[in-house]
Amino acid sequence: MDPREREVVVRVEGLTAAFDDRTILENVTFDVYKGEVFGILGGSGSGKTVLVRHIIGLYEPAAGRVLIEGQDVAAAQDDARLELLRRIGVMYQLGALFGSMTLLENVSLPLEEYTGLPPEAIELTARLKLKLVGLEGFEHHMPSELSGGMQKRAAIARAMALDPAILFLDEPSSGLDPVTAAAFDQTVLRLARVLGITVVVVTHDLASTFTICDRVIMLHKEARGIIAEGDPHELREKSDNPHVRHFFNREAEEDVDRTAEPRTA
Amino acid sequence: MAELTITEPDAATRGLELAGRLDAYSLGPVWTEAQRALARNPDRAIVVDCSRVEYCDGAGIAMLVDLLRTERAPEAAVRIQGLREGFQRLLDQYDPAEFRARPPSRATRMSPIERLGRFGRAVGLGTYELIAFVGESVTALAHALKRPHAVRWGDVLFIAQEVGVHALPIVALIGLLMGVILAFQSAVAMRQFGAEIFVADLVGLAMARELGPLMTAILLAGRSGAAFAAEIGTMKVNDEVNALATMGLDPVRFLVVPRMLAAVAMTPLLSAFAVLIGLIGAAIVMQLFEVPFYTYYLEVVNRVQMKDLLGGLFKSVVFGVLVAGIGCLRGLQTRTGASAVGLSATSAVVSGIVLIVAVDGIFAVVFYYLDI
Repeated sequence: MDPREREVVVRVEGLTAAFDDRTILENVTFDVYKGEVFGILGGSGSGKTVLVRHIIGLYEPAAGRVLIEGQDVAAAQDDARLELLRRIGVMYQLGALFGSMTLLENVSLPLEEYTGLPPEAIELTARLKLKLVGLEGFEHHMPSELSGGMQKRAAIARAMALDPAILFLDEPSSGLDPVTAAAFDQTVLRLARVLGITVVVVTHDLASTFTICDRVIMLHKEARGIIAEGDPHELREKSDNPHVRHFFNREAEEDVDRTAEPRTA
Repeated sequence: MAELTITEPDAATRGLELAGRLDAYSLGPVWTEAQRALARNPDRAIVVDCSRVEYCDGAGIAMLVDLLRTERAPEAAVRIQGLREGFQRLLDQYDPAEFRARPPSRATRMSPIERLGRFGRAVGLGTYELIAFVGESVTALAHALKRPHAVRWGDVLFIAQEVGVHALPIVALIGLLMGVILAFQSAVAMRQFGAEIFVADLVGLAMARELGPLMTAILLAGRSGAAFAAEIGTMKVNDEVNALATMGLDPVRFLVVPRMLAAVAMTPLLSAFAVLIGLIGAAIVMQLFEVPFYTYYLEVVNRVQMKDLLGGLFKSVVFGVLVAGIGCLRGLQTRTGASAVGLSATSAVVSGIVLIVAVDGIFAVVFYYLDI
């Protein structure tokens, strides 16, 4: 489909992210379209998480702006901001489950706060979410009693509790075993295709990227911004940027010349 | 909006026609209504017609699962038809029968005897940990005295600044108020006998022997005891304490010793400072009662002896050890999660203050018999 015809749900315009005098990202611009799975790739320290935190309004941009469904995230106040936050779900890198609540209570919390569903309905809805991430039987466990991967899955269930229009996942597959990660990829795809949920996923899991992402941007530390944008398969095949090729082919950066030469020769 | 219409196609069937958007925000009344319809028709077959459903999110799917999971006779089964293919696939992920039973509960009921036993065990374990911790800290402190270069003096200085220097304003405020209040309350009564000058004796002795050290220790427990527990507790929660242990660095030597040394060095200084400020406060009040400053000064200096001051400062050292020790112990005992850190900090302050008061009582008796 021609991108120009598609509905833009997240628009990042000239975003500059800086802490004190350290600039992490400079003049970053891109769009995310409705219903797509959008990947933010990049090595460690390239500013992926910082970018996502700006998009969801946790940090204020040093310059530029972020629009979610046409609304400026940083400028939204009070009710407008709450309305906007209801449209998004966020899964944090470390899970960020509430340690004093059971898994079921963690997932039920947004349902209790935002919907008028009867308690029985909330419980069942939350249980279905936990089943979706393979945590049935752990409803009454505390997060601290679970492994890191299980906590992560529970965090994903909580982020999806309200079936938000836009789901932000910060490194969902790190810490998951390959089988669970593959199943999780299928879940993400199903949500995107069937419910039309837009998923923005920060990842450096290549297998997962190729399976789920329709489009990716790739950030790089030195460029302080985007060095590539497009379909991950095409980028792998066609990109002439050495950083991009290394990333997709899983090569170390310092091997640039040694591996590049025989190929060109 | 979600809508529900109940139809009666024939005598043996009830139809539930769902329409619109089945989403978490508007589903509540429809869900209740549908459940009621099921309960009202226990022996009729139920056909849920979803052909006019435009959208169905997780909560909508949950409602359908809820209708399907209800246990009914075979001829009165619930059937769902007309659901769009995508939504049907979402529904097919679940087996409604699985959700009939409530999730396994983990609360176990305990008999009073078992509860008593567990309580006793917890108390015993706490005592054991306390004794072990005292032993470990004493060993670590002895080790530090034997080999002073092994102590992380940079940490000690930093903590001493936090415990001592940054506590000066609050210690000054409380010390001053205590001196003023003590002097004022006693002066009003003593004036009736023309004995205002003895206020100097009272304030001097009380501040130096008792109130200065006690008040400083309680402030220390609230400020630094809680801070130690929270800091070490957070390190425990983040696995930092385990990281130290696996690097072969003893957490007690690495975390507890610097804090104890800093607290022991700072508490007597703070305490002396509090005594001094308290006496200044009393001096201000004495001006109001027309006792000249020099007279007041001479009275204090003649009455308060070195042993009073040193006795008070010795108590301060002990209080410093207690507060730092209990703060670090509670920090190291922290279990997991954010609330555990809060519990540790609370417990550090409470047990710190209890220990201070109890030990202060013991000191009072000992000092009395030693005639100090």
